[in-house]
Amino acid sequence: MLSLAPNGNVVVALAGIVGLLGAVQAALPAIARHAAPTLAAELALRVRSWWIMVATFGAALLLGREVSIAAIGCVSFLALREYFALAPTRPADRPALALAYLAIPAAYGLLLLGWREAFMLFVPVVMPFGLAVALVLRAEPKGALASAATIFWGLLLAVYAPGWLALLVALPEAEAWPGGGAGLMLYLVVVAQLSDVVQYAAGKLAGRRRVIPAVSPGKSWEGLAAGLAAALAAAVALAPALTPFSRLEAALAGALVGATGFLGDLAISAFKRDAGIKDTGTLIPGHGGVLDRIDSLIFAAPLFALAILVLPHSGGTP
Amino acid sequence: MTAFLRLLFHLLIVRPVVHGLLGLDVRHREHLPETGPAILVANHDSHLDALVLMSMYPLGRLARLAPVAAGAYFARTRLAAFLSTRLLRTVLLRRGARRGGEEVLAGCDAALARGEVLILFPEGTRGEPGRAAPFRSGVAHLARRRPDVPVVPVFLAGPGRAMPRGATLIVPFPCTAVVGRPLRWTGDRATFMQALEDAMDALAREAGTSWRCAARPGRLVAR
Repeated sequence: MLSLAPNGNVVVALAGIVGLLGAVQAALPAIARHAAPTLAAELALRVRSWWIMVATFGAALLLGREVSIAAIGCVSFLALREYFALAPTRPADRPALALAYLAIPAAYGLLLLGWREAFMLFVPVVMPFGLAVALVLRAEPKGALASAATIFWGLLLAVYAPGWLALLVALPEAEAWPGGGAGLMLYLVVVAQLSDVVQYAAGKLAGRRRVIPAVSPGKSWEGLAAGLAAALAAAVALAPALTPFSRLEAALAGALVGATGFLGDLAISAFKRDAGIKDTGTLIPGHGGVLDRIDSLIFAAPLFALAILVLPHSGGTP
Repeated sequence: MTAFLRLLFHLLIVRPVVHGLLGLDVRHREHLPETGPAILVANHDSHLDALVLMSMYPLGRLARLAPVAAGAYFARTRLAAFLSTRLLRTVLLRRGARRGGEEVLAGCDAALARGEVLILFPEGTRGEPGRAAPFRSGVAHLARRRPDVPVVPVFLAGPGRAMPRGATLIVPFPCTAVVGRPLRWTGDRATFMQALEDAMDALAREAGTSWRCAARPGRLVAR
């Protein structure tokens, strides 16, 4: 059954995002006159990709819970595929890799069925044993430990973490909240991505002191501060329409999402550096791969969702 | 009827697998010959290789693409023969015929004469995944007889991981095809093969892999 009645606040918020993107699009010619040509070209490419991402994401959100969950499952598939392209695995790992891919329909199927606790336990508790068995099938113990760790970590990054976004969409408690489950996920995604974009832009414009050049030379303290400020501002501004949060709770949520977003970004940067690549893929022109785009959500999504489930807030005490 | 089945086969099976399950990134598509006669030369790790190369072309071009394969292997059964020769338009090499002679490559000459794009794997075998087998010189014979035909090297990364030799199922891995500048007959076999191998090594390097052409008697290895 499709729940085809989009929440009014979600529609308005999506329209706001389209307006914001339209404003950036309109400003592009003016930026091109002042910025270096390569930077302007990259910016134009990024904005074009944003249009496609916003259209896809917005459409999935408006088409209801089931479509949203399935769409996030597709993102998981693309992210996992990128991860396995950059992570070293052995030919003997093929059964385990196939099993890892099968975990995607299983995990998102559990969410579609509304079995929230089963989803929470499935990837971290059930999959390790399944992977261990699959890794034994080819009887090649040399390198099995490294492969088990590599494949399992891929599942956590690409399937388990984004899965919590789908969990938010399907949150029954959220039905009574201003934006519903869809609003809650939209809130998290907008705060995280806006923080990410502001951090990138501020770093390019005013970045002086690097945070951790050995991992990610592009990250500056100036960018980080601007990104955190943007997360706080967006979180507080959007909270009344999309969440049950009070102003203080919204500020805390913004700080959590901004900080964990930055850390997730760094974690993926370290893996890319280890693999000797700059981008995780080429699927999103101007941005790189899917993992590059969702890296700031990887830590933010589970922690934000967990905070809503276990901490007391204005939406109701657990 | 065969053309319709071929279209359906690519539209419903090959393209969803290549673009959906695997994902294909083509670098330097501008080097790809739009029409024949031309020869695409690629490294060979997987049954998927020819399908991935064919997926770089629009569906309307399928009837102008001709992958080259070993007759003995692909004509074992009636079904395999139908699938390979009719549905994929494979040109079968008759390895039993005189080696390097006109007869072995007769099908290739005919396809080039019809203005088609030949898809050729000079390694002649899928071999160990990620490991090269020495290039055979059949492509040099073709280029010598048709010096007007461009020979375009393409390096494929990914299919060998997605479906290596002996694998029965496909495990998704993104595929990259790096297309090189067209080469032409240089005047003699040794320099032509050398130029082709050097070009393939450069493409493999660009794809970020450690794959390099295998040593062939008489080949100079550039450092």
